[in-house]
Amino acid sequence: MSEPRTLDVGSLPPGAFGSRSLMWWGTMGIVLIEGTVFALAIATYFFFRTRMAAWPPDGVAPPDLFCGTVNTVVMLASLIPNELAKRAGEQVNLRRVRIWLVACLVFGVGFNAVRIYEFRHLNVMWDHDAYGSIVWLLLGLHTTHIVTDFLDTAVLAVLMFVGPIEEKRFIDVEENAAYWYFVVLAWLPIYGVIYWAPRLI
Amino acid sequence: MKRPVELPHAGDDVAMLEATWAEPSGVIGWLSHVDHKSIGRRYLVTAFVYFLIGGVLAGLMRIQLSRPDNGLIGPDLYNQIFTTHGTTMMFLFAVPVMQALGIYFVPLMVGARSIAFPRLIAFSYWMFLFGGIFLYVSFLLNAGPDVGWFAYPPLSEALYSPSKRADVWAQLITFTEVASLATAVSLITTVFKMRAPGMTLNRIPLFVWAEVVTAFMVLFAMPAVMLASTALILDRLVNTHFFDVEHAGDALLWQHLFWFFGHPEVYIIFIPGSGLVSMIVATFSRRPMFGYLAVVLSLVSTAFMGFGLWVHHMFATGLPQLGESFFTAASIMIAIPTGIQIFSWIATMWSGRIVVKSPMLWVLGFFAIFVCGGLTGVMLAAVPLNTQLHDTFFVVAHLHYVLVGGAIFPLFGAFYYWFPKITGRMLSERLARWVFGCFFVGFNLTFFPMHLLGLHGMPRRIYTYPGGMDWGTLNLTASLGALLMGCGAVLFIVDALTALRAGELAPDNPWGASTLEWATSSPPPNSNFLRPPTVAGREPLWDNPPDQPVVVGLRADVRDVLVTHVLDAEPDHRVEFPEPSIWPFLTGLATTAMFIWSIFTPWGVVYGALPIFVAMVGWFWPSRPDEGGTHPWPIRRRTLPLPNEAPASGGVI
Repeated sequence: MSEPRTLDVGSLPPGAFGSRSLMWWGTMGIVLIEGTVFALAIATYFFFRTRMAAWPPDGVAPPDLFCGTVNTVVMLASLIPNELAKRAGEQVNLRRVRIWLVACLVFGVGFNAVRIYEFRHLNVMWDHDAYGSIVWLLLGLHTTHIVTDFLDTAVLAVLMFVGPIEEKRFIDVEENAAYWYFVVLAWLPIYGVIYWAPRLI
Repeated sequence: MKRPVELPHAGDDVAMLEATWAEPSGVIGWLSHVDHKSIGRRYLVTAFVYFLIGGVLAGLMRIQLSRPDNGLIGPDLYNQIFTTHGTTMMFLFAVPVMQALGIYFVPLMVGARSIAFPRLIAFSYWMFLFGGIFLYVSFLLNAGPDVGWFAYPPLSEALYSPSKRADVWAQLITFTEVASLATAVSLITTVFKMRAPGMTLNRIPLFVWAEVVTAFMVLFAMPAVMLASTALILDRLVNTHFFDVEHAGDALLWQHLFWFFGHPEVYIIFIPGSGLVSMIVATFSRRPMFGYLAVVLSLVSTAFMGFGLWVHHMFATGLPQLGESFFTAASIMIAIPTGIQIFSWIATMWSGRIVVKSPMLWVLGFFAIFVCGGLTGVMLAAVPLNTQLHDTFFVVAHLHYVLVGGAIFPLFGAFYYWFPKITGRMLSERLARWVFGCFFVGFNLTFFPMHLLGLHGMPRRIYTYPGGMDWGTLNLTASLGALLMGCGAVLFIVDALTALRAGELAPDNPWGASTLEWATSSPPPNSNFLRPPTVAGREPLWDNPPDQPVVVGLRADVRDVLVTHVLDAEPDHRVEFPEPSIWPFLTGLATTAMFIWSIFTPWGVVYGALPIFVAMVGWFWPSRPDEGGTHPWPIRRRTLPLPNEAPASGGVI
């Protein structure tokens, strides 16, 4: 038997950014799963809408616009430090990664805090009727995402300050930013459904 | 196919490589395994144990129904038994066992050293194991679920099921779905990013295609049932009104959400089964699979269509007729891609040279049984017949013909096919014929009479029936058939245990098959392939030239893995994979505690999340200090290439 030829991969780089990396695929898998959950919850909202004569039901006011709209603005604004953190990660620039992760966290504290007021201005309780249940479920589902995304980012930021830092952690910075994008962008349809659907349909 | 390169002998240290990929021993070590072969074996054995327990429950039901007016098992226990049987077989056996085969074999079949996200796979296993233990501990505490495996409200609502039984069902779903979703993400990433150089998309083995298509179905189907079961628990625990008609909720919502998951679930079980059939048919017909492209497209189109026919489970609910007609058409249409696969298998066998070894025997049995199940499926797609037969034993017969025929028979074929690879030992061909005979005859004896019982009007899920109905003889026949299947299962276990101890040693490729898992030793070494393969065709072991290149240059002192491009599997970069870790196990324990806690109080979610957070930080946190030159501190700038930079190597197959 002859010795086989060889394909030497020893000179290939030890990691890559974007869709070349395994982490990107993992993140996108989670995004597909969570996105499906959001889509089905929104479908459930409209399923109930077809079953009720009035929307919101009689005697219930739509959620107050103010807190939700403020929070939407805060979340959209957080995309700026998020994008800068992503770019800093791609450039393996530790100093900027630290700065922009902290900036993201500041925004995270902001929209998590405003979220508390959002719940208090829904104008309906979850045990009132099916409308109340689905509105609380939608807002609750998204809240679990902003809380966990905040905690993920906090852990990553602490790691970037205290080490040990391996180069592959900069890929985590990039993927953390990708997930942040998802959590913010997924909010837009949910915001539309919770706050505007009762007014427009 | 270019540029032969000299083999660099430095770093080609087999002993160091095998030590690097070895899993730790000891109790803590055992709980820390992350190797996909180790986790895959555990997954397979655990799923098989759940299968046996589910089979014992089925046996109890057949004993109870073997004669009219039988008082052996009362209605309350009977409800728990049939619910736990169905739940076990669907959520703890059929889906996990197919994914377990994927966990073990997909990395081997694509020529990779590991599965993607190995710690996630370990976590998936612990969730699966703990979920099953949770179900059976509840069952033994007389808290086994008793509302059927699809748990329709209003029966499953707090008003009609005040005990914790329905919560046990709903939370078991969460356990198994978390496990299943984690596995799906790992498998997709493995298939798209970790294939051997040269394995372009149109050279992926059909079983691997089946696994990746199934994984995508899991991503889109499982969220529906997780959302539904979460809403059910909320209804029961904190008085939401999702399914409560008195407060504008709707019990039909449950059925929509459940079957939006539940029908794809059938294909999540069947598609891997069909992938197994494609592998076994090709190997034992001694030729490549006929119609490779058509079969792949059939798998993909089945997956899409599988999401468009859930309403045929709801024909009896009085939905608008137009909707019913649409879903009838869709349900009949899905027979087309399945038919294409069946004709491709027939064409492969027709034009090949069939060798009837044990794995092939099960595939031949699959053809007979699955085609029968498919035919009754077409019958049930018709609304008038469906309405007549709804909730009768005809449906029980149909679903067992489809699922046992479509999944269990190929699965047993796969056990025989791959047992030598996993264990290094051959099973007995002689006993295999007896096991198959018991199963095939026993299965038809058990389930064929159920068609007739259903047509005679016997409802499913009744714990007994009066003698005057004349259902006794057919039921007794069914029970005797179940006994025969039980004998088959016992023979199989005896065969497997004997083979493990004293079976004939298996060569690397006992069946003369063509795919890469046979290119390594039986059982495979820790690193899967001492020198990872490259491929030049669809059937590498049949059509690779003798001097086909092997991959060199991966480090032997760390778990170095090659990542390739999605479409053409050209080498892209290397990734250092994580070491074994106890944290996935601890995360699994913490998640289990939270899931069980949250059945009793909503605060369980809040406080239970804290240990999960701690465990996940432990999981994520780098365990290793800086390694001098390898992981310098402070870090060098731009040591990784940017996305638009070309990979450093010109090594292209």
